[in-house]
Amino acid sequence: MKADQRLDCIGLYCPMPIVKTAERIKQLKQGQVLEVVADDIGIKGDMPAWCEATGHEFLGLEAAAGEIRVYVKKTHD
Amino acid sequence: MVVAEKEKMSLVIYSGNLDSALAGFMLATTGASMGMEVSMFFTFWGLNIIKKNEGGIKSKGLVRKMLNFMNRGGSKRLKMSRFNMLGMGTGMMKGLMKDINMPSIDEFITLAKSIGVKMYACTTSCGMMGLDESSFRSEVDDMVGAAFFLGEARKSKVSLFI
Repeated sequence: MKADQRLDCIGLYCPMPIVKTAERIKQLKQGQVLEVVADDIGIKGDMPAWCEATGHEFLGLEAAAGEIRVYVKKTHD
Repeated sequence: MVVAEKEKMSLVIYSGNLDSALAGFMLATTGASMGMEVSMFFTFWGLNIIKKNEGGIKSKGLVRKMLNFMNRGGSKRLKMSRFNMLGMGTGMMKGLMKDINMPSIDEFITLAKSIGVKMYACTTSCGMMGLDESSFRSEVDDMVGAAFFLGEARKSKVSLFI
């Protein structure tokens, strides 16, 4: 999936990927996509929940070789 | 888009252990990151978490002086609730935290403050233990009572006692 920005959360555990996502999403423009790369599997459940709470759109996740990539579309400022 | 009023989350931090403090700050920073307005109320042993690390704690009377000497507190002095083993277990746990890049309690307090988490100290516990504003670190917003907490808690979607 194509993304406008990439956030590296390899080696970080809950809640840091979510805390960093919340910070980074501020830098994106509305409609842009953020790719978060993590290796803590907690992100599989955490990111959809974060999107539901904040209203941003969860576009999906790709898991490969111990790496989880999740995609979030910024829907509002 | 209609800007809805922010959801609230309120936490009572009663325990002053390293492990309890971690749980509290993990939830507080996650809540703030999820767009919630988070308030942390530190009471009883929980006050140890927000005591300043440097300098002495000034208090009046022998018993309170003794209490604050034996129970000095400060984010860098917190111990594990189990397996402290004269500090060895706590040291190991801090090593494990670092190993997975988890922030220390000190770093969590700075992080929480920077993303808008409010921190309050309970006035009654402070009165009993002989603590005042000068006992706490600068991140603490105010000293408040139980009614203030319940005022926040009744408007909160999430309210926890830790």
